[in-house]
Amino acid sequence: MSLDAATVRRIAKLARIRVDDAEVETLQGELNAILGYVEQLAEVNVEGIEPLSGGAQMALRARADVVTDGGIAEKVLANAPDRAGEFFAVPKVVE
Amino acid sequence: MSIFDLTIAGAAKALAAKDISSVELVTAYNGAVEALNPRLNAYITVTAELALAQARAADARIAAGEATPLTGIPLAMKDLFCTEGVRTTAASKILEPFIPQYESTVSGKLKAAGAVMLGKANLDEFAMGSSNITSGYGPVENPWKRAGSDAKLVPGGSSGGSAAAVAARIALGATGTDTGGSIRQPAAFTGLAGIKPTYGRCSRYGIIAFASSLDQAGPMARNVEDCALLLQAMAGFDEKDSTSAEREVPDFSAAVQRGVKGLRIGIPAEYRMDGTNPEIVALWEKGIEWLKAEGAEIIDISLPHTKYGLAVYYIVAPAEASSNLARYDGVRFGARVDGVDLIDMYERTRAAGFGPEVKRRIMIGTYVLSHGYYDAYYLKAQKVRNLILRDFTDAFAKVDAILTPTAPSAAFGLGEKMDDPVTMYLNDVFTVPASLAGVPAMSVPAGLSAEGLPLGLQVIGRHFDEETVFAVSAAIERAAGFTALPEVRAK
Repeated sequence: MSLDAATVRRIAKLARIRVDDAEVETLQGELNAILGYVEQLAEVNVEGIEPLSGGAQMALRARADVVTDGGIAEKVLANAPDRAGEFFAVPKVVE
Repeated sequence: MSIFDLTIAGAAKALAAKDISSVELVTAYNGAVEALNPRLNAYITVTAELALAQARAADARIAAGEATPLTGIPLAMKDLFCTEGVRTTAASKILEPFIPQYESTVSGKLKAAGAVMLGKANLDEFAMGSSNITSGYGPVENPWKRAGSDAKLVPGGSSGGSAAAVAARIALGATGTDTGGSIRQPAAFTGLAGIKPTYGRCSRYGIIAFASSLDQAGPMARNVEDCALLLQAMAGFDEKDSTSAEREVPDFSAAVQRGVKGLRIGIPAEYRMDGTNPEIVALWEKGIEWLKAEGAEIIDISLPHTKYGLAVYYIVAPAEASSNLARYDGVRFGARVDGVDLIDMYERTRAAGFGPEVKRRIMIGTYVLSHGYYDAYYLKAQKVRNLILRDFTDAFAKVDAILTPTAPSAAFGLGEKMDDPVTMYLNDVFTVPASLAGVPAMSVPAGLSAEGLPLGLQVIGRHFDEETVFAVSAAIERAAGFTALPEVRAK
């Protein structure tokens, strides 16, 4: 399976990364090289094999459903590129 | 003997005996950082004043008789661990202005043990790389040189700044993280010991996430004993990480002394790959002989899905990364580039903030998780990952540990292996399978290449059996008698 330029643009859009036309060509070659390499997995027989999602050899723990934190708005906002009072500020979304 | 010849264990003894103070030790290291870091670029942020304040506190603690083996010991902290009040970049421009308001569990445990932080060590951007050249803050120079050549070599990656700092003696030890080999390969490239513990042994809380099902913190140091001291302080259950293991932390230093008599050591046939450097194969043979001489039993084993490890890794890790790195959008933290609307701001922020390797991996991850391709790539990779885990489970029914080379070559030159991303990825061929299975693995320096560069051997153990890994690694270390030092170092 080989990616065309339109697909590279679509992936970039999904990934929210702006790419210019010159980059599309480079990325197309590089992404196709990686996909070409991983293609070899097609030859592995995985019939009846469950997918392994994690590295932990255990079930996930559940903690008590209680509030354990809070009241740290200033810390949460300390690294905001832009803020308005106790809110993160972004460009206008609705006209 | 120079103060820089002391190991962590040696410095701890000298501190306890009041032969030296932490302020003396840290002042010497601060000076060495100032002298050598402009050249090596091992640290992104130097915290000399903080280190001195911590050294004073350590001396008071030692005087009060409340010291741990790490009290007053100067360390480098990989710049992937969030450190409260100290800028943390993940070597990415997108986090250039980021000052964490909280401390990662692992760095917090080291702090609580009284360790001193010299600075935040350079790495590949978001830990994605095997050479440190993807750092947004410039590459790190390996303090080692090929005999008769002044060419700059890479320290490996992603924990390359940590590796270069310890090798050049501008840190006494360091933290690293390992997702597919990021502790073990740089340790091998710089003549250090480094261990990736079992997945779940160290908390991931506060470590900037790359691939959450693979990321593990671990120590890098001059020898196996020092790694045991560091891991002892770093490991342990943490309720803030849902994959943290609720298990007792054993006495790793005691395990270092155990010996290998009667242990069964597996030698996997599949790690003899076509075209592997004959020097690497010869060193591996030596390692086998050393362990035999120490009383271990050598058993040939098979890990049949080894050759698919890299392909699985380069689907799973980018998939997780594309999800983890979605948070860098210019809204809550990090750099922002303004745009005409919200989407435009996201796209411009991420285009400017991420380097080429990070963009590639986010895009591969986005693709393999996208509608219509998920089953063919991601689900398939997860199934093969299970087969790789099964390979190890089957092998560990017959053996107690596995011995392999750490990397397919010695350190290479800055600018080499840059033809395409896949060539660079092949560096991790021997380290990735243990990461996918979640088992502990350690690299230990075992010899020099014909060009005079360090080479490492890798010891892989069962889940949560770092003790055997330490015992086998220490036996190799004793037999190898590796005493070579890099050209560039504090003296």
